[in-house]
Amino acid sequence: MRYTSEFRDKTLIQGILKEIRRTVSQRWVIMEICGGQTHAILRYGLDQLLPPEVELVHGPGCPVCVTPLELVDKAISIATLPEVIFTSYGDMLRVPGSSQDLFSARGAGAQVKVVYSPLDAVEIAKNNPDKQVVFFAIGFETTAPANVSSVLQAKALGIKNYSILSSMVRVPPAMHAILGAPHNRVQGFLAAGHVCTVMGYWEYPPIAEQYHVPITVTGFEPLDLLQGIYMTLQQLEAGQYQTQNAYTRAVTYEGNRSAQALITQTLEPCDRQWRGIGLIPMSGWKLREEYRDFDAEHRFRVSHIQTKESEVCISGLILQGIKKPNQCPAFRTLCTPENPLGATMVSSEGACSAYFRYSRDQEDIQDHATRSERF
Amino acid sequence: MCLAVPGKIIQIYMRDTMRMCKADFGGITREACIETLPEAKEGDYIIVHAGFALNILSPEEAEATLQALEELSSLEEQIRSEDALS
Ligand code: SF4
Repeated sequence: MRYTSEFRDKTLIQGILKEIRRTVSQRWVIMEICGGQTHAILRYGLDQLLPPEVELVHGPGCPVCVTPLELVDKAISIATLPEVIFTSYGDMLRVPGSSQDLFSARGAGAQVKVVYSPLDAVEIAKNNPDKQVVFFAIGFETTAPANVSSVLQAKALGIKNYSILSSMVRVPPAMHAILGAPHNRVQGFLAAGHVCTVMGYWEYPPIAEQYHVPITVTGFEPLDLLQGIYMTLQQLEAGQYQTQNAYTRAVTYEGNRSAQALITQTLEPCDRQWRGIGLIPMSGWKLREEYRDFDAEHRFRVSHIQTKESEVCISGLILQGIKKPNQCPAFRTLCTPENPLGATMVSSEGACSAYFRYSRDQEDIQDHATRSERF
Repeated sequence: MCLAVPGKIIQIYMRDTMRMCKADFGGITREACIETLPEAKEGDYIIVHAGFALNILSPEEAEATLQALEELSSLEEQIRSEDALS
């Protein structure tokens, strides 16, 4: 496919890997923020091709993983109301709530439907006027425009039986939280390319300045990722901390201004809990007052939610880049994609599911030094 | 979730209040909303996520990136042959 296969070219990959090896003189820790990037890195084995000095840690950029337990539980309670058709992106169905997940709620009779796009949820509302249709609007800045478009569409069409349960989150406050933490190890960031297609990267230079970390906007193909890593390493080695763009075919500095306008028209920042991490100030988005009628939390006053998190799951530490999935005692034993204990094992962007799928067990990592010498 | 894939616009139309298109993703045709990309036209490559086009891909920038990567590879070869000579 165009814009895809060219960025998987073996010769060019080898070329840039050699350049990376030549550039690196000491240990560096770089975080890729986006879970989609984590998966690509593991799928192509880039973590094992890089010189051992370069450690990639995996960030919190998996919206499914960070959706707070309380909202998952709320989603399940709303979904079980008889008048409700609950719609969601497929990834959310197996995310464990305190006592069950949406998938098992569906098994017990709740009407839960998977949609590809939130506009499809509006269509369902249009075709089922006697039902309340609720959409689980999770996601980062990448997904926010699609989520809010559904609200604008419902409003424009006068559809009254549609609402969203918002768990939308923003990347920059999470970067502040990671860099400001006392145990932070991150020295450079690969910024999430698809978030930046919407938001541009004008929000990042102040972060780079404040914490003295280079930030490189990075895409998702192997060459994109290696180029992002290379540009970050060049800066680290030179003691610089600028914001750069390694994904110029999709991202501009300003981003998609009209998508940003949709977001600011409908949403305002709010404090938000991140699952496993805790409260990050002003890291969430909620519907503005004038769209309150479309807010499911307002429409369905669900209370008495008693959350109970798994006692063994360390996904919070993984999402902050402090631990790796294979350091979790439950990894591959008690916790598998069929029987997940944490959201990071469920999502197609979760670090635990990536480690499971691409077999990064503890021995593989210890073997890293020997492996990377082979190339 | 934040995965987004490149597709080529093959047809543009309105659905209710939204500007939509049909786009080709390597042989599979799907609908995408192009409401925030008023300049998008047939033949453009867009990057689509959750049925929503995030941006138009720039062929010039894609070419420039590949070019730079090629230069990097040949630079490496050049240095290696210089090393071999010295
Ligand atoms: S392996 Fe399972 S239990 Fe362990 S951190 Fe990951 S999701 Fe949680």
